[in-house]
Amino acid sequence: MTVNGWLQIIVYLAVILAVTKPMGVFMARVFNRERTFLDPVLRPIERLLYRLTLVDEEHEMRWTEYGFAMLLFSCVSMLMLYLIERTQQILPWNPQKFAAVAPDLAFNTAASFTTNTNWQNYSGEATMSYLTQMVGLAYHNFASAAVGIVLAIAFIRGIARREKETIGNFWVDLTRTTLWVLLPACIVYALILVSQGVVQNLRPYDTVKLVEPQQVQKVADGKPVVGPDGKPVMDTVTDQVIAQGPVASQEAIKMLGTNGGGFFNANSAHPFENPTPLSNYLQMISIFVIPAGLTYTLGRMTGSQRHGWAVWAAMAILFAAGVTTAYWAEARGNPLLKGVDQHASLMQSGGNMEGKEVRFGIADSTLFATITTDASCGAINGWHDSYTPLGGMVPLANIMLSETVFGGVGAGMYGILIYVVLSVFIAGLMVGRTPEYLGKKIEAYDVKMAMLVTLVFPLVILVLAGISSVKGFGTSSISNAGPHGLTQILYAFTSMAGNNGSAFGGLNGNTPWYNIAGGATMLIGRFFMILPMLAIAGNLAKKKYVPPSLGTFPVTTPLFSVLLVGVIVIVGALTFFPALSLGPILEHLLMQAGKTF
Amino acid sequence: MKKNFLISVLMTVVTTALLGLIYPLMVTALAQLFFRDKANGQLVQRNGTLVASRIIAQPFVGAGYFHPRPSAAGNGYDATSSGGTNLGPTNQKLIDRVNADVASAQAENPGKLVPVDLVTTSASGLDPDITPASAEFQVPRIAKARGLSEEAVRALVAQHTQGRQWGFFGEPRVNVLELNLSLDSTSR
Repeated sequence: MTVNGWLQIIVYLAVILAVTKPMGVFMARVFNRERTFLDPVLRPIERLLYRLTLVDEEHEMRWTEYGFAMLLFSCVSMLMLYLIERTQQILPWNPQKFAAVAPDLAFNTAASFTTNTNWQNYSGEATMSYLTQMVGLAYHNFASAAVGIVLAIAFIRGIARREKETIGNFWVDLTRTTLWVLLPACIVYALILVSQGVVQNLRPYDTVKLVEPQQVQKVADGKPVVGPDGKPVMDTVTDQVIAQGPVASQEAIKMLGTNGGGFFNANSAHPFENPTPLSNYLQMISIFVIPAGLTYTLGRMTGSQRHGWAVWAAMAILFAAGVTTAYWAEARGNPLLKGVDQHASLMQSGGNMEGKEVRFGIADSTLFATITTDASCGAINGWHDSYTPLGGMVPLANIMLSETVFGGVGAGMYGILIYVVLSVFIAGLMVGRTPEYLGKKIEAYDVKMAMLVTLVFPLVILVLAGISSVKGFGTSSISNAGPHGLTQILYAFTSMAGNNGSAFGGLNGNTPWYNIAGGATMLIGRFFMILPMLAIAGNLAKKKYVPPSLGTFPVTTPLFSVLLVGVIVIVGALTFFPALSLGPILEHLLMQAGKTF
Repeated sequence: MKKNFLISVLMTVVTTALLGLIYPLMVTALAQLFFRDKANGQLVQRNGTLVASRIIAQPFVGAGYFHPRPSAAGNGYDATSSGGTNLGPTNQKLIDRVNADVASAQAENPGKLVPVDLVTTSASGLDPDITPASAEFQVPRIAKARGLSEEAVRALVAQHTQGRQWGFFGEPRVNVLELNLSLDSTSR
């Protein structure tokens, strides 16, 4: 660990603190339909969109209609992505002549991008045409992010409104999120990324003559060829083909919308997706900027700014705990490697560099891994599979805490509000009064719905990971033996249920079982969370306002932040500790004892 | 109900045109206008032929060249198949591979610990950089193979060492391709 490494981490949190208020104020104005500085340009476009799509912008929806519209939109747009994938071979902008995507893979990918998961069982530069990337995948990066944000806003309205039946208009919220929050920022951001070296073109892949031709073992039918004398047959490679594409435009929304689906297989580790330390830092900031801003929007729209900050503080505590652990674990390196210098010095950052990039080193890699799993982003700039056991447990545990540490755009906000409801309920039980939250009584119906959300998530993960770890169709995809193999499976289903999308990438997910079970997991992880959450929102909106009394547990204090952290950690630990102890914790102990697999 | 269904179809079509076509094409046009070289992958020409992208690693194994980090992209340094090994820290295959690489690296620098990045695969398989420590480790070999003094090679390395960006972000690094090209132009 180095002083500079810690400083980069501390400055990061300071930047997020600084952008929270401006971002939060801006979003509150957008969703309250107040004037913003972008109105002169965007208002005419907004009106045009409503005319084209027959939206009545004055119409208000109950939670049921709001949820129904959201489901319809997700369904139609998912179907469109599936069709594009299946027909890309006859569509334009396919300079590499990629074939149609196989049906199970196309389903998995469509589910993945519609649910903001961006789990990828394919290698982008070898599977998807430029058209599929732009019109299919990058489009869903916008759409699924916008859906997440509007749902958080709907929930916040549910808390803020009094004796109302409605929580807003889904189509209007969706349009305003896209036009005001996502699109203008992405245009500027994409160009900044290009200035750092992220590519943006539609040209066919380039072929270059290697400076020094390379000898590689010949491969036929996916297997290395061995001559009759038992020696490998070698081939001379003189060319390198360099994948290109419209990357920057996709990269911008991939990060800002906490989607995380890489244009290339190596995601944000690829020099064309994330070429410099600065582009890396910007990518990390852009993951948290909307989720952090939403805590301020929460405070503003509910009239309790200090509550917004109390939630922010709880998130910051969990973030700090995660990044500290991951940085410490990775900087220590791998004790099993001999003859290798893993110490940090002025000449190198040292540590466990397997699956990491030199320009990021240990600090920026572990910071990225923490952020991408605190949020439901799932972009990676190093392979979590090759992290040390404890370093790799941090991303896994972050997702297991339901990605409520700032969280995915919108999803993090409604995720933590479920925990807030539970915290208030538990506090109410402790003092023996009907729990209240910002002037709304929390009653049996609300708590039941909150529990439904809390229970479906681990149920899906543990059941499917359990089946996969005892059945051949599950275990045959494992690439690392021993406890690490269990972690690979556990990580896969946790990531998919949490709509994260990062992976222990050694696990071969492109099999019928993982494609289909995984696709279903992602859909459940998204929509079975959203519907009970919207039900709570609709129910809260109907309730009368109860002024706070002496017996009300305040949700604006440090004590509340600590209680909230406690509830999140206890729920997560009770659910997942047994699984973690069989995976990363056991592997850590065995690694210390010098055991390999 | 019916109306919402119609809207969902229209909304998908209209926003796809805006976000899936107009947006990326507009960014492409602006990028090509303002940052042409960067937007096209910083391709490098030598004697009239394209030889590399400045920021994509390519293989070097000769004694007279600086070696990049090991690559798990395809068959090695395949820029249409980026990726890492995804070997876990306790995987025997990882330990065996590192041991073999350490043995051959130490053959040229007996007794010295090998900088970790030189014997671990990068995340992309296309990492264009090595650490200054890895460059320093290779200096004696290059000097010997090219008949240069170690000081001359070291000076060249120093020229191609990038510090932290803005003095703060990331880690110091040396671009292997640029270093090797300038080696070629100083001593053939």
